Formats: sequence, C-alpha cells, structure tokens
Amino acid sequence: MLRLDCLRSVYSQLEGCLVVTIMGAVAAELQSLGHRPNFFYLQHAMGLASSTGLGLALCLPEQTVVVFDGDGSLLMNLGTLSTMARYRPKNLVHVVFDNESLLSVGGFPTATSTGTDLEGIARASGIPRMLTVRNVGSFQTAMTDAMQGNELTTIIAKVEAKGPAAFVTDLSLLENRFEFRRHVQSLKKRQ
Amino acid sequence: MPVSISNSKLIYEALKECDIRLLSALPETWLVHLIRQAEDDPEMILVRLAKEEEAVGISAGAHFAGVKSAMLMQNHGFLASINGIVSFAHLYKIPLLMLISYRGTHGERDPWQTQGGNVTEPLLRALGIPYSFLDALDNVKKRIRQAQTLAESSLQPVALLLTRDLMWEE
Repeated sequence: MLRLDCLRSVYSQLEGCLVVTIMGAVAAELQSLGHRPNFFYLQHAMGLASSTGLGLALCLPEQTVVVFDGDGSLLMNLGTLSTMARYRPKNLVHVVFDNESLLSVGGFPTATSTGTDLEGIARASGIPRMLTVRNVGSFQTAMTDAMQGNELTTIIAKVEAKGPAAFVTDLSLLENRFEFRRHVQSLKKRQ
Repeated sequence: MPVSISNSKLIYEALKECDIRLLSALPETWLVHLIRQAEDDPEMILVRLAKEEEAVGISAGAHFAGVKSAMLMQNHGFLASINGIVSFAHLYKIPLLMLISYRGTHGERDPWQTQGGNVTEPLLRALGIPYSFLDALDNVKKRIRQAQTLAESSLQPVALLLTRDLMWEE
C-alpha cells in the first residue's frame, strides 16, 4: 500500500476537515494532490502534529480534525497518545502512516520494523478506538468510519517506504501557517 | 504546603483577565494551586501533559482556533520543550505565553533542581525569548498582561519566571 494512494482515496473527504500533517513525504504528497487552505503542514517539530491536532480539536469541538502522523514522528512523542486518550476528543482522527522507516533521511528502519506495535501502544494508552489497515480499501473505510464516528480513533496504515522525489515544495511555511489560521477563523465567523 | 495559595489565585485571576481559555500543564510543587483552580473552572480547558513539549503543539492548535492559551511548566519542562519552541513556535511565528516556575535559584533546598536554575536565563537569552519575573504582588497582573500582549503582537514565545519570592511562603 502506498501512502499517496491512501491520501488520494480520502482527498475529497478532507475538504470539510482541518488537516495537520507531519513533515517530509506526507506533506509533499498531500500537496501534490492539491493544496487547500484547510491543510497545515508541520514541517519540523517532529512529534507535535498530533498535539496540534489535539489543541485544535479541543478548542473547536464542532470541526473534524484529521492528523496525518508517521511512525518516526509518533515514536518521538509517544506520550501524546496518553494525552489524547485522556481527553479523547470525538472530533479527532489520528492517522499514523507506518512505513517502518525514517524515509526522508534515507530510509533508516524505525522500531516498528523490529516489533514495536503502535496499535498496541495506542490501545494500552487508552485510545478508545484503533485499528491497523493494510490496503487502500480498508484505509478508506476506516477513515470514513472515523470521520463520521463519534470517537477518537487512531488508524495505523502500514505503507511502503516509498515517497516523492522531492520534499521541498513551493509553499512557504509562514504562508501556509497564516492561510491556515485565516481559514479556521473564517469557519468560526460562518457559524 | 507552603506554596502561596493567595498568590497562585492572583496569577490565575490575571490569566483569566487576559482571556486565557486553555491552560496546558505538567504539575510541579509550585504550580499545584494554579492547576487546581483550572480544574475547578468550567470555562478553562485544562490539558494535563505527559511532557511539556506537547504544550507547544497544543498552544499552536489553540492559536489557529483563535483561543488564547498559556503553558504552566517548571524550568526543567522549558528545557524539555526547546526543540518544539525553536522548530514550531519560532519557525512558524506562534505566540506562546509560558509561565515557568524558576526552581534551582537562591533559596533552593532540592539539590536536583539546582543545575536547571543555573541555565534557565542563559537559555532564554540564547533563544531570544523575551522574559520577565513574577516576583511581587503588585506587579503580577501587569506583567502577565504585558507578556500576553507581547506574545500576541510579536507572534513569538514570551516567558514569565515565577519566583520563589512570589510562590513560596516560609
């Protein structure tokens, strides 16, 4: 399963959500499908995309927040699972693309390649709903269920360690940040 | 416990007057009364953390949502947050109001706090984080308001060091 195919399968559903991604391949691939003002790419600070999603979800309970995390990033901040589980916002969908690799620095294997089980850690952290998917159809179904469901969900998507040719895009970090906030504020005004 | 309840209340009132609606915290002795007030306040979103760096992401999310937030941490928690401060808050111009208990300075009895006390201000200066002290009753409200105003106008982290003189009664 390719991450890009997963992203493509849910791209249209992301339109009404607030989306936070980690750096590297995830950010570049989502942008390659077409940037939108409701997408924020955290191009560093590994581990904090899920914390950002948690802050958004707690402050905006009426919005659906989707975080595209990765195994390398999540392993840097496993405590985030216990914090998310503690507050378990119903409007937060936490996706972890697990390619068992730190792909953007040359594909060094992470601990998920040697047996660390992120679904198990999510469960033991108290995340109310979690599942592992291995094909695009299952991913799409899991995403639809999580986005329409009423429960914090962590989806572990096992993907191949393949990414885009380049990670730097022409969207500047600050342009993305200010556009994203303006978009979120416009949603609040509409309510 | 000789942590000042009345001064903790004053700090909490000042945060409320700044319209702080989300408080992230990792408990330490000097912060217990502040955290308890947040627990009892239905208007406050209190996020208890596993590690302080999470608070940088949570406050960024709150900022995107248009919600004013503050972070409560010990100076060792500030040390644990530095990558998040640099590679998120500074990189993306995110306002952070950091209330940091300034352990390990004059009067400290716990040996394990002392090294962190030595490096807190040099690190704040190295990171270019504007900071001031909460050290007396008559300046608490003004300094919290000023720090929050600067964080919002400059879109950067701003720190307030909670001192022994204010937090501890002995």
